[in-house]
Amino acid sequence: METNQYLEVFIDESKENLQIVNDQLLELEKNPDELSIVNEMFRAAHTLKGMSATMGFDDLADLTHKMENVFDSIRNQIAKVDANMMDVLFDSVQALEEMIFDIENGGDGKKDVQIIVEQLKRIEKGESIDVEASSVVTTEENPTNTTQSSNTSIDLNEFEWTVINQAQSDGYSVFHIDVSLAEDCLLKAARVFMVFEVLENSGDVIKSIPPVDDLEDENFDHSFEVLLVTKETDEDVKHKILKVSEIVEVDVKLFDDKPMTEEEIEKIELEKQEKDVDEATEEGKKSVNNKAVNSNKTIRVNIDRLDVLMNLFEELVIDRGRLEQLSQELNHNELKSTVERISRVSSNLQNILLTMRMVPIDQVFNRFPRMIRQLARELNKEINLKIEGADTELDRTVIDEIGDPLVHLIRNAIDHGIETPEIRKKNQKSEQGHLLLKAYHSGNHVFVEIKDDGAGINKDKVLKKALANGLVTQEEAKTLTDQQINEFILASGFSTADKVSDVSGRGVGLDVVRNTIESIGGTVEIFSEEGKGTTFSIQLPLTLSIIAVMLVNLKDETYAIPLSTIIETAVIKKDEIMKVHNKEVIDFRGQIVPLVDLREVFTVESDREDDYYSIVIVRKGDKLAGLVVDSFIGQQEIVLKGLGNYLTQVFAISGATILGNGQVALIIDTNALIK
Amino acid sequence: MEESVNQFKVIAFHLGDEEYAIPVTNVGSIERIQHITRVPNTPPFVKGVINLRGVVTPVIDLRERFNMEKTPYTESSRIIIVRIDELEVGMIVDGAHDVVDVMNEDIEPPPEVVGSIEVNYIKGVIKLQKRLLVLLDLNQVLLQEEFNRMKEIGS
Repeated sequence: METNQYLEVFIDESKENLQIVNDQLLELEKNPDELSIVNEMFRAAHTLKGMSATMGFDDLADLTHKMENVFDSIRNQIAKVDANMMDVLFDSVQALEEMIFDIENGGDGKKDVQIIVEQLKRIEKGESIDVEASSVVTTEENPTNTTQSSNTSIDLNEFEWTVINQAQSDGYSVFHIDVSLAEDCLLKAARVFMVFEVLENSGDVIKSIPPVDDLEDENFDHSFEVLLVTKETDEDVKHKILKVSEIVEVDVKLFDDKPMTEEEIEKIELEKQEKDVDEATEEGKKSVNNKAVNSNKTIRVNIDRLDVLMNLFEELVIDRGRLEQLSQELNHNELKSTVERISRVSSNLQNILLTMRMVPIDQVFNRFPRMIRQLARELNKEINLKIEGADTELDRTVIDEIGDPLVHLIRNAIDHGIETPEIRKKNQKSEQGHLLLKAYHSGNHVFVEIKDDGAGINKDKVLKKALANGLVTQEEAKTLTDQQINEFILASGFSTADKVSDVSGRGVGLDVVRNTIESIGGTVEIFSEEGKGTTFSIQLPLTLSIIAVMLVNLKDETYAIPLSTIIETAVIKKDEIMKVHNKEVIDFRGQIVPLVDLREVFTVESDREDDYYSIVIVRKGDKLAGLVVDSFIGQQEIVLKGLGNYLTQVFAISGATILGNGQVALIIDTNALIK
Repeated sequence: MEESVNQFKVIAFHLGDEEYAIPVTNVGSIERIQHITRVPNTPPFVKGVINLRGVVTPVIDLRERFNMEKTPYTESSRIIIVRIDELEVGMIVDGAHDVVDVMNEDIEPPPEVVGSIEVNYIKGVIKLQKRLLVLLDLNQVLLQEEFNRMKEIGS
């Protein structure tokens, strides 16, 4: 059986299931008595086990199986949920994650999990001394106590069920075949191979027990079972198999035991679950509902294909611009109305395409609860994490970038922000620190906030450090706003931590956070009140492939400046320009802003003899600069393009775009122009 | 297929009076001169970038690349889009005429000095009945180190 083609699906689904287990574990920790949570985990773990076994990842299957047993013990109230147990379970999830990661990277998913397995075993039985061991379900084939179907000792995952249902509705029969080899059979693997060859000539084998790998390695006694989808009759199949020598017995049964199938049980469980959930929290209900919807209405699409689609569409956008311009020039009525229609349709298409690439920020958020839990334990702090707006959607390219910065900020909040329970108590705060992770849409941006109710930023300390590091002069220090002082902690090499810990405090990190966020066109703001807590607010663009820019002219050349960096534009009189240290500056709303003449930077022949200067005020962090241009053209949505591999690292140019007239305009990297 | 080992096709073009050739497999397309967007702070021979059917493609002036005398572009000037490895670059030439079949034995090693260009850009000289084609070594012509060196001189 060829399993490679399912590998991708396997990895995706495993991750999903693992995430469910992870989420539910955290949930369970909060509500140890809520058994519906265990059911959910059990199902996810069970599916994971089934899939890994089919794919031949034994370590993965084994560990999941042990976890499953623990869940079962919890469900049957044999084992009690406590912190130690949670630790072991989290460790297991981590181990599983590593294995799947390994498989994804082409490894074999093998890992020594002996210790965890031992621990799981102990938990499974540890507290069940009074209870008869027999009540602990250990048979792999009967995961739920209610499953006592005699003819289905094969457990199937969702995927296999789909195949079976499909086959049955297409008029194929599904047979459950029990094949016994002769006791003295010498070449078991060879016989198995021959049987499979026979079977695959008559139909498709969808499942075998034990898995094919074990069969090939002769890891079985003298019989094995398979599920076969075929159009032939049971008699035909039986006779064909019996022709293989050393096969002593073949038992072919029609596999259509719907009333006792696991699917049925799952349904019952789901209904039960929904009832439970009805009584339980809103949130839980939402997640169940979401799941039900998702399973019906989504398909998996390779991200590369979406990228190709996006590229093609970008070309279309450029041609659309050209077409619009041409139809204006030609002034032909029918052509005009056709072009208008095309424009309308393609803008709809653009919206759909952009939303297709959107993924919920939950994909980043979902790894935090466990990380925070671990960190809190390491640092002996108590932290209550709240996540809001996890369903807020962002372009995949942005999602890929923000993971690390958020990790930094969260570690920072836990290490420096939230105090230890003792100190909190002394300061008349609740012993448990609160951390809020919040995402929401606003205009063309998404905001992500990380809010803690910890110690806040000690402004005096920051200012002292800033003076010591030479970031500001005594003079400047007096005029700084609170916000500006706070932003010093984003400067490179800046740390007010007296003690360097493993977690943070080395003064690297927050500047990286700021740089990463700014490189994708976002900004970071800090609000803090000493003693009350700190909020980091990150503003992110919705997408990276199509951005809004301001087009400007330099003589006859057109350049684009990303709107996200622009504060405002201004036209000033020549005599308003002052000279400081031989540099031109202007007084912009009470702030001294240096001017950068783009004609000089981009070596455009200069013969400006105007009394008025057109200036674009741009910012990098808290620094401003005024870019002198010849004229403003206007604002436009453009498609970002690279300059190609030949022209790498051109000073102050971050990329290019194609304008409506088919010409290329360069995009200015304003960060390079602000020192 | 024995033929292909021994024989290959080249695109022949000229710069001034001299004829040059590059293997047809490296050529993506041949374009007319179109609007070129200047890219500031690059070596003088980099003329800028063009919109090649939606792909922003850099363009170099081959005359300036070989330190030949600059001439204004004419009706017959062309941009030859060449591809080697990951690089895609347009080269402006005075004119591109035809595709020529070349046998391996027609190629002679480069003499000490060929016409006006430095010898390290040359793979060999193709001798046809009445023509001499200089076979360029594109890797050398588009070499990044060279590019950087020229960039420093340029700026």
